[in-house]
Amino acid sequence: MARLLRVGDLGKCIGCYNCMFACAREVMGSYSPLTAAIRIRTGGGYHSKMAADVCRACREPACAAACEEGALRPRKAGGVRFVSGQCTRCGKCGEACPIKYLEFNPVTGQPIVCRHCGVCANYCPHGVLTMEEVNNAQPGIHQGAAR
Amino acid sequence: MLNREYIRVLHVDLGEQKWKVAEREDLYRYLGGVGVGIRLLDENVFYNLDPLDPAQPIIFCVGPLSSVYPVMTKSVCLFRSPLTGELGESYAGGRLAMAMVYAGYDAIVLTGESDVPVYLDIGPDQVEFRNAEPLWGVGSGETGRYLRELAPGRGFRSIVRIGPAGENLVHFANLNVDTFRHFGRLGSGAVFGSKNLKAMVVYGNLDHPIPNARLRDYRRTYQEVHKKVTETELMEKYHNLGTPVNIMRLNEMNALPTRNLQQATFEKAREISGEAFADERLTRKLSCVGCPIGCIHMASHRKLFGPKSHDYETSILAYDHELIFALGSFLGTADKDQFLTLLEEVEDMGFDVMSVGVLLGWLTEAFANGLVGEKELGTRVEFGFTEGYLKVMRGIAHPENELYRLLGKGTEAAAEQLGGLDYAMTLGRTEMTGYHTGYGAALGQAVGARHSHLDNAGYSFDQSRDYDDIPGFVSAIFEEELNRCVTNCLVMCLFARAVYEFPIIVRALKSVGIEKSEEELRELGREVYRNKIRVKQKMGFDFKKLRFPKRFFETECLHGRLNEETMQRMLELYIQEVEQVMAEDKGARSFAAGPGEQHLRGKTSSPGPLH
Repeated sequence: MARLLRVGDLGKCIGCYNCMFACAREVMGSYSPLTAAIRIRTGGGYHSKMAADVCRACREPACAAACEEGALRPRKAGGVRFVSGQCTRCGKCGEACPIKYLEFNPVTGQPIVCRHCGVCANYCPHGVLTMEEVNNAQPGIHQGAAR
Repeated sequence: MLNREYIRVLHVDLGEQKWKVAEREDLYRYLGGVGVGIRLLDENVFYNLDPLDPAQPIIFCVGPLSSVYPVMTKSVCLFRSPLTGELGESYAGGRLAMAMVYAGYDAIVLTGESDVPVYLDIGPDQVEFRNAEPLWGVGSGETGRYLRELAPGRGFRSIVRIGPAGENLVHFANLNVDTFRHFGRLGSGAVFGSKNLKAMVVYGNLDHPIPNARLRDYRRTYQEVHKKVTETELMEKYHNLGTPVNIMRLNEMNALPTRNLQQATFEKAREISGEAFADERLTRKLSCVGCPIGCIHMASHRKLFGPKSHDYETSILAYDHELIFALGSFLGTADKDQFLTLLEEVEDMGFDVMSVGVLLGWLTEAFANGLVGEKELGTRVEFGFTEGYLKVMRGIAHPENELYRLLGKGTEAAAEQLGGLDYAMTLGRTEMTGYHTGYGAALGQAVGARHSHLDNAGYSFDQSRDYDDIPGFVSAIFEEELNRCVTNCLVMCLFARAVYEFPIIVRALKSVGIEKSEEELRELGREVYRNKIRVKQKMGFDFKKLRFPKRFFETECLHGRLNEETMQRMLELYIQEVEQVMAEDKGARSFAAGPGEQHLRGKTSSPGPLH
């Protein structure tokens, strides 16, 4: 069974950025939330709901298809695995992402790729972020998996 | 200062439209926050010029753990206060600390005056001076809306701005930070106004990699602190009902300042209590970036604007204990809607809520006593009469006669000229806060370096101690002030003070590569305190001139009736404590001895062995 990051009701999000700091600290080895593979924003001022940009774990990832170097490899459960040694920093994956989720580390120039490891969800104080167990053989969200 | 051993200071000259960055190794030992800020203030302030002279600096600082440890969310703002003439020091949460850290600045110093209204876009090694002509006169909420659309860095930025009160140099105008937080006290907003500066947007997009050698220790220490913050009861008060839980508690202990402190209980306290707001109006909670607590409580304010056809609008306002005290019980405001109506105006004009509330409380009595006339005021004022208060607030923000210009200078200035000082509820020329708990509250705010109840928590000692041992009581307040000089170098949110005990601070600093022992931290606190007092004295502050309004001794508090002699005795004891710590100083190296300092030193009775 693999696990995928899912975003629940953002009405409960308090904008603490705990998830971003956790990803930066525990996964990316950085103090900076800009290196995180999840990005929280206000929807346009604090009066609106928060918004969370996450990897949607495509079963047929456009980012991987755009990568000519094999640095982004589709995972069976959805999403991609990043092989940094093969990345040439061409940026095509970012252009290919249909929701423009992928961003690039300001220092390395490489894409910031979500591993669906669940560290961010562990630090969410209101359970907005959860991990969904998915069977590798089962269809992912494109085919309408339960949320 | 992550990964470097100096303080990085951005200097911006608004007159010349120039900027430069200084790398200050000499300031590194102050860690950051108020420790660095007070030195920068001393270097840049003009002691011989008015607080609102455009040459004066306004300074923002963050700390060594800002953003990288839980609840290290605040930033400090230093300036010369137009309200008191002396030390301006104010704290705000929101996102400014994060934005500064990832823009790569430990401190930002703004000086000079722009010819035309401007706002600043500040990013990593980048400062843009933008025309703010169309924004001049716009309320702080709408200004935020414009800048969110105009400025870069969405999600990693902070928008600091003034409303009309700041533009028109009201001495207690605030700086609004990210809509729901503020540099509230002492008139920072007027300093922006004096520079023709409408707003400052700071955004950061720097990566600060964690050195491999520190990864393990940092992660482990972070997790430990995070656990304390989220899994213990240490901060539950702030998350649940938030600070407004105090309204009912203080009311029940006869300590809730009501109707200009004519009373210490409010018969309608339940209506405006934290419980009532939570049950009926709370719509959501928010956090400052880097804090999982979510203490920012927001209430919905539903307003009928078309009675014939059920036309409603709804606004969302952040509320806290101090706001409810200042615009609620202190003004006899008996229901939530009236309170929120006042609050909305305060937010948009950009007033410090406590100062304006306490000023209106004094004005209400001065009006009843015939010191102020309805004609020049343009309205009557009386406790609970919201319409009158709204009219006066608009008049202060847009002053059109001498009376309103005077009111814009604060309660003490107004009472000095018009009378009613005995019920002008100020301490150190700063309007009182929401606690009539006893000697500790009044003394603590009066002697506090920035005349804030949060300088030394005097109000808290009133609730945890009695007055059997007066020297011990005074010492406890003084010790707390010294300790907070340390926490304010880190610029942590004081709500987390129970989490960050000194041994934890030592380990957290170590985990990011800063070696300071507990003893060194305590000594740092004393040094920072001395530096603050020296700056205050050079600005003309004298502990001996502190004034306690008679009303404090007339209205019974938690401990019954207070007497003036005891208060004076406590003040004298406190001054002795101050003199001892001042005398410990070995050299006062780069501080020129001002006249006030010599005076204080001359009075030291038993300096003890110098070391």
